[in-house]
Amino acid sequence: MKILVCISKTPDTTAKIAFTDNNTKFDVTGVQWIINPYDEWYALVRAIELKEKDAATIIHLITVGAADAEPIIRKALALGGDEAIRVNADSHDSFYNASQIAEVAKQGGYDLVLTGKETIDYNGSSIGGMVAELLDLPYVSLATKFELAGTKATITREIEGGEETNEVELPVVVSAQKGMAEARIPNMRGIMAARTKPLKVVEPIAVEALTAVAGFGLPPAKAGVKLVDPENVEELVRLLHEEAKAI
Amino acid sequence: MSVLVYIDTADGHVKKSSLEVLTYGAKVAEELGTSVEGVVLGTTTEDLTALGKYGVKKIHHVANEALNNFDAQVFTKVLAQAAEASGATVIVFSNNLSGKAIAPRLSVRLKAGLVSGAVALPDTSNGFTVKKNVFSGKAFANIAVSTPVKIIALNPNAYQTIAGEGTAEVVALNATVDTAKINITNVTKASGEVPLAEADVVVSAGRGLKGPENWGMVEELAKLLLAATACSRPVADAHWRPHNEHVGQTGVAIAPNLYIAIGISGAIQHLAGVNRSKVIVVINKDPEAPFFKAADYGIVGDAFEIIPKFTAAIKKLKGVA
Ligand SMILES: Cc1cc2nc3c(=O)[nH]c(=O)nc-3n(C[C@H](O)[C@H](O)[C@H](O)COP(=O)(O)OP(=O)(O)OC[C@H]3O[C@@H](n4cnc5c(N)ncnc54)[C@H](O)[C@@H]3O)c2cc1C
Ligand SMILES: Nc1ncnc2c1ncn2[C@@H]1O[C@H](COP(=O)(O)O)[C@@H](O)[C@H]1O
Repeated sequence: MKILVCISKTPDTTAKIAFTDNNTKFDVTGVQWIINPYDEWYALVRAIELKEKDAATIIHLITVGAADAEPIIRKALALGGDEAIRVNADSHDSFYNASQIAEVAKQGGYDLVLTGKETIDYNGSSIGGMVAELLDLPYVSLATKFELAGTKATITREIEGGEETNEVELPVVVSAQKGMAEARIPNMRGIMAARTKPLKVVEPIAVEALTAVAGFGLPPAKAGVKLVDPENVEELVRLLHEEAKAI
Repeated sequence: MSVLVYIDTADGHVKKSSLEVLTYGAKVAEELGTSVEGVVLGTTTEDLTALGKYGVKKIHHVANEALNNFDAQVFTKVLAQAAEASGATVIVFSNNLSGKAIAPRLSVRLKAGLVSGAVALPDTSNGFTVKKNVFSGKAFANIAVSTPVKIIALNPNAYQTIAGEGTAEVVALNATVDTAKINITNVTKASGEVPLAEADVVVSAGRGLKGPENWGMVEELAKLLLAATACSRPVADAHWRPHNEHVGQTGVAIAPNLYIAIGISGAIQHLAGVNRSKVIVVINKDPEAPFFKAADYGIVGDAFEIIPKFTAAIKKLKGVA
């Protein structure tokens, strides 16, 4: 069993969101970078759990990013995984990134490609589906459980107001979200081991992006909260009914 | 040329989010001086002609039972055929769970630029740009799409449904349907409750409620408002509530008309999932709770006193005993 886990680098969840260059670039001043939480907590940790059950499992990590993505992929290796691949390219759009991942996946012959649910900066929730289409493989999106019996995967995914169980033969592409795995923290041994694990750098294939960011903006600030006297809860109901027209 | 809207169904019923994308698609078509068509996959018990009141003129229906089993790979190929049949230059999805599974695949298949999580109509004054949420709702980006065919996945609740007059012509589309590789073996749904992602009103509670035994008053309030229930992450982590109710950065992102937060501090990761709500009401005993900064209305007080009064006042408004 060979697994490819897609790892992206995102600003820490508490990072201040601001833009520079006439609102065309994210302001990285003072920003702490982390492994995208869905990639770490759910995709990577589930892969590690599968390896713990079956030692013959091989886990490769991939990131599409410039050299500054290296600390992030090293951190991911410290959690687990056998080797990492960095496609040496500035991140473009989802299609560009997905094409790079699909190319590496084709060469590697993986049984399972895992992505996170979405990146917490771009919120595309697109790359998993794109990789699946590029590889002509089935895709189970927003999975909350993944079990394996031989070459058959039993995957639970979220649907509106519930869950659905899917059965599919490997290989498959899966995007992972809450429920997939229990969070864990890297230990000292993992961190030491990660230093000697291979990190391959490969050059990107030529691909045209299909979209581009024309500009960013911040939502208008809220007018401020209207506080209602706790002794007069009926006033809140009146405001919600007459002013906000929300009930 | 046309705008093609994917009309998503569940158990043969058209989803509420599909009405939003139909209304949106009709408006896009109007802007582009073309007409809007729809596509329905699988069998349905609904009268599809009635969807004409949301502006759609023609609906391609692939009434193949094999499509009652959702497999994004199979659906993508069928939608590519529908796109061709309708000569679509813009294809609209809801950015709901089905949209997230299919739209990226169709984007690759048609080499069509995708904007997922769109929140507004496209701006066609200079090229074609669509506004989308980024940074979990803390900012937006305008995405320029340069490909001949464009795909937009519209966030649920981002566009108001408008029902007018009209009927749609339903035409059978004879598409090639591949054998699914994904077999759906079980479906579980919380019956009778409002699905969180589609709810107009959401009543949510956090650690301030002390324990799972106190959710009765939350459920009662939700029922009265025809609302879905939600919770903060620690509440789901402690198994006080099912994990599919967890909203926020790492849970479900929602954008209801009204979000009522009870005993939730308003951590940035929580706000990331709910800050697109139109009206936010916060009930918290701590006047310094950060949630008040993101709220429209608030009461500083003890939830155990406020909620029963709030429920009683709503009952009075609605005239129920
Ligand atoms: C990477 C990351 C991702 C995260 N993702 C999420 C996420 O998706 N969703 C999420 O919710 N959290 C998330 N968190 C956790 C988040 O930071 C907060 O810890 C969490 O939201 C706090 O939950 P809470 O408000 O229920 O609890 P608390 O922070 O403990 O707040 C309880 C609140 O209840 C109030 N209160 C207490 N008693 C009463 C009473 N009787 N009446 C009225 N009010 C009362 C208190 O004043 C307090 O404000 C994430 C954290 C990290 C680090
Ligand atoms: N630059 C990248 N390199 C590797 N994987 C990525 C990259 N960007 C996104 N991904 C993966 O694709 C998932 C979905 O990303 P997105 O479609 O951008 O929301 C993420 O959770 C990652 O697992």
